[in-house]
Amino acid sequence: MPELMYREALNQALAEEMERDANVFLIGEEVGRYNGAFKVSQGLLDKFGSARIIDAPISELGFGGMSVGAAMVGLRPVVEMMTWNFAILAMDQIVNNAAKLRHMSGGQLRCPIVFRGPGGAGGRLSSQHSQSLEANYAHFPGLKVIAPATPADAKGMLKSAIRDENPVIMFEGERLYALKGEVPEGEHVVPLGKADVKREGTDVTVITWSRMYYFCMQAAEELAKEGISVEVLDLRTLRPLDEEAILASVRKTNRAVIVEEGWALAGIGASVVDIIQSKAFDELDAPVERVTGLDVNMSYAANLENATQPDAPKIIAAVKKVLYRQGA
Amino acid sequence: MEAPAVASPYSKDLLLTMYRKMYLIRRFEERAGQQYTLGKIAGFCHLYIGQEAVAVGPIEAMRKDDYMLSAYRDHGQPLARGSDAGMVMAELFGRGTGYSKGKGGSMHIFDIEHQFYGGYGIVGGQIPLAAGMAFASRYRNEDRVTVCYFGDAAANQGALHETFNMASKWKLPVIYICENNRYGMGTAISRTSAVPEIYKRAAAYDMRGEPVDGMDVLKMYEAVKDAAAWCRAGKGPVLLEANTYRFRGHSMADPATYRSKQEVEEERKGDPIPKLRDYALKNGLGADADFERIEEEVKAQVDAAVKFADESPEPSLEELWRDTIVEPGEPDVRPRERVLGVKVENWPSYPSGQELKVTWDLEPRAQAEAADKKAGLTN
Repeated sequence: MPELMYREALNQALAEEMERDANVFLIGEEVGRYNGAFKVSQGLLDKFGSARIIDAPISELGFGGMSVGAAMVGLRPVVEMMTWNFAILAMDQIVNNAAKLRHMSGGQLRCPIVFRGPGGAGGRLSSQHSQSLEANYAHFPGLKVIAPATPADAKGMLKSAIRDENPVIMFEGERLYALKGEVPEGEHVVPLGKADVKREGTDVTVITWSRMYYFCMQAAEELAKEGISVEVLDLRTLRPLDEEAILASVRKTNRAVIVEEGWALAGIGASVVDIIQSKAFDELDAPVERVTGLDVNMSYAANLENATQPDAPKIIAAVKKVLYRQGA
Repeated sequence: MEAPAVASPYSKDLLLTMYRKMYLIRRFEERAGQQYTLGKIAGFCHLYIGQEAVAVGPIEAMRKDDYMLSAYRDHGQPLARGSDAGMVMAELFGRGTGYSKGKGGSMHIFDIEHQFYGGYGIVGGQIPLAAGMAFASRYRNEDRVTVCYFGDAAANQGALHETFNMASKWKLPVIYICENNRYGMGTAISRTSAVPEIYKRAAAYDMRGEPVDGMDVLKMYEAVKDAAAWCRAGKGPVLLEANTYRFRGHSMADPATYRSKQEVEEERKGDPIPKLRDYALKNGLGADADFERIEEEVKAQVDAAVKFADESPEPSLEELWRDTIVEPGEPDVRPRERVLGVKVENWPSYPSGQELKVTWDLEPRAQAEAADKKAGLTN
C-alpha cells in the first residue's frame, strides 16, 4: 500500500470526486493559484479550471453562504475554510441555513455541501488560532461532523462526505497534514458514522479522535510494556456518534477514558460519558475518566501551550486511575 | 371617461392578472392578521399589506423558471408565483397540510414547484444564498435569473457587502430587490444608516443600482424586466431599491407607535392597488365589472384557504423525526403531491456529474496574469 501524507490523501479524494462528478467544486481562500494555504488543493486549478477551483475573497460568511445556495440547486460545493477559527464568521450560514434547510422546507430542499479545513490546538499560534471547535458543530441537528486522524480515513471520509446528501463539517488536523500513512489504492470510501477500533485491547478502552489519537497510541504502547492492554477506539465521526461501537468496546473492557483536545465543559466527551453511564452502567468497573484541554485560553509560550493540551503522560495517568493502579 | 393620449403598452390581461395577485395578497394578509388575533396563527407574522406591488411587478416580469427567495415577510411572493393559498395559510396555522408540513410557519414558506426558495428569518441571511443559486446557473450555463428580496435594514449586514462583492466580481445573474419600507422593525433606516439611499451602495461594488417606486406595480415590472435582460446578457448583478411602505406594524406584535398617524395616512394615499385599477380604467383596459368580479373570486379563494387551514390536522408527531437528515435514497417532498394528491411535474432536475460540462472560465488565466503583472508580481 502506498504511503501518503494526510494532505496528499485529501488532495487525491478531491481530485477523484471532482473527476467523478462535475457538480463538485472547491471554493476557499488561496485554494487556486496559491495551491492552498496547507497545499491540500495542490495542482487542482490546473486540472479543473477556475470555475471549479475558486479563489474566494476573505469573506467566510459570504462564500460560505453562497455555497449553501449553490447546494440548494443541485451543485455539490466543497468549502475550504483556511482554519475553523475563521469559519466562526460563517456560522450563521452553516447553522441557520445549511443545517435547517431540509427542515424549514418540510423536506423540499437538500443541502449536499462539505465545509472542511484544519482545526485543533498547538503550533505556537496563541488563542485565536489554536482551539478545537468541533463540539460547537456537533451540537446541531442537521449537520454531520467528522474528524479523521489518519491519511487513509481522511481520504475515505472526504469522499463519503462529498457524496453525502447532507451538510458535512470536516475537521482536519492542522498538525497532521504532513503526517504519513498507508492509504489503499483505488476506490477507498470510509462510511460516515462508523468508529474504528484502531488498536485492540482488553483492560481499558481509550476513546478519542483526530490528533489526540496519536497520543493515545503512544500511551497504549507505553502501557503495554507494563502489561496493560489498551483498546483505542477512534470515533472518526462526531455526529452522529457510533453508540454501538462505544458500547461494544466498553462492554468488553469495562473501563473507559475519553481523550479530547478541546475544553471539558459541553465537550463531545461529556456526551460519550452520558452514553456509557446510561447504557452500560452495570458493565463499568470504574468511573469513566476524561482527559481534556485545560479550561483556559491557549498561550503562545511553549511551556504554557504544552501544559494546556492532553499528552501521553496525562492519558497514562488516567488509564491507571480507572485501573486503580498506584503511581499514576 | 376620456380616451388616453398615448396607448398603454400593457395588455388588459396583464393588468388584470397583476390586480388579481395584488388583491389576493392584500386579502390574504388581512385574513391572516385577523386569524392571528383569533389565536389561530402564532409566533411572528409579518404582513405584506402596502408592499404588494413590490412582489407582483417583478413576478410578472420574470420567467417561470427564474429562482426567487425572500426574507421573513414572505407570504406575498409565493402567492403571486402561484402557490396554493390554502397550503400557505395552513403553514401559518401550523398544520400538516402547510408547504413545510407546519414545521416552518409564517417566516419559512418554501414552494420549490413554483421556484420560491424560501423565507429566511435571519436578517440578510438569504442574500448569499441567492448569489449561490445564480452561481449555479452560470456554472451550468443556464440563462436563469435569481431574484432576491431583502429589507432595508438588511443592507447594513456584512453578508450583503460580502455577497455584492462576489456577485459583481463574478458577474452573477442575480437581481437584489431591497424592499425599503423605511423601518427596520421600529427603527427608521435613516437613524442607523450613513447612506440611507440603499441603491447607492451598489456603486461601491461596481454594480448597477437604482431606485424604483415600489408603490407602482408597473414601475416595478419595468425595472425587473430590464434588470432581468441585463442579467441574462451576462452583465452581472443589479440592485433595485423599491421604495415602499408597510401599512401595518413590523409584525403582528408591533402596534407601530414609532410612526405618526399622519405619516401612515399620507402613505396610504399611495396604495398600489387602487393605483393600478385607476390606471387600467383610464386606459380602457378593464371595467369596474372586471375588478368587482376579481375581488369576489379572490375573497372566495381566501375564505376557502382559511377554511382549509382551519380544518386541517396538526402534523403527526412522527414528523418530528423527518426532514433533519436526508437518508440515502430518500426523495424530496413535493408538497402539492403530498397534500392534494396532484401530480407535480414541475420539479427541479439537474444534469448528472457525468453529463455536465463546465465551460465557464471564472478567472481566465490571461486576466489573472495581467493582474499579477499590474501588482508587480511577475516580470
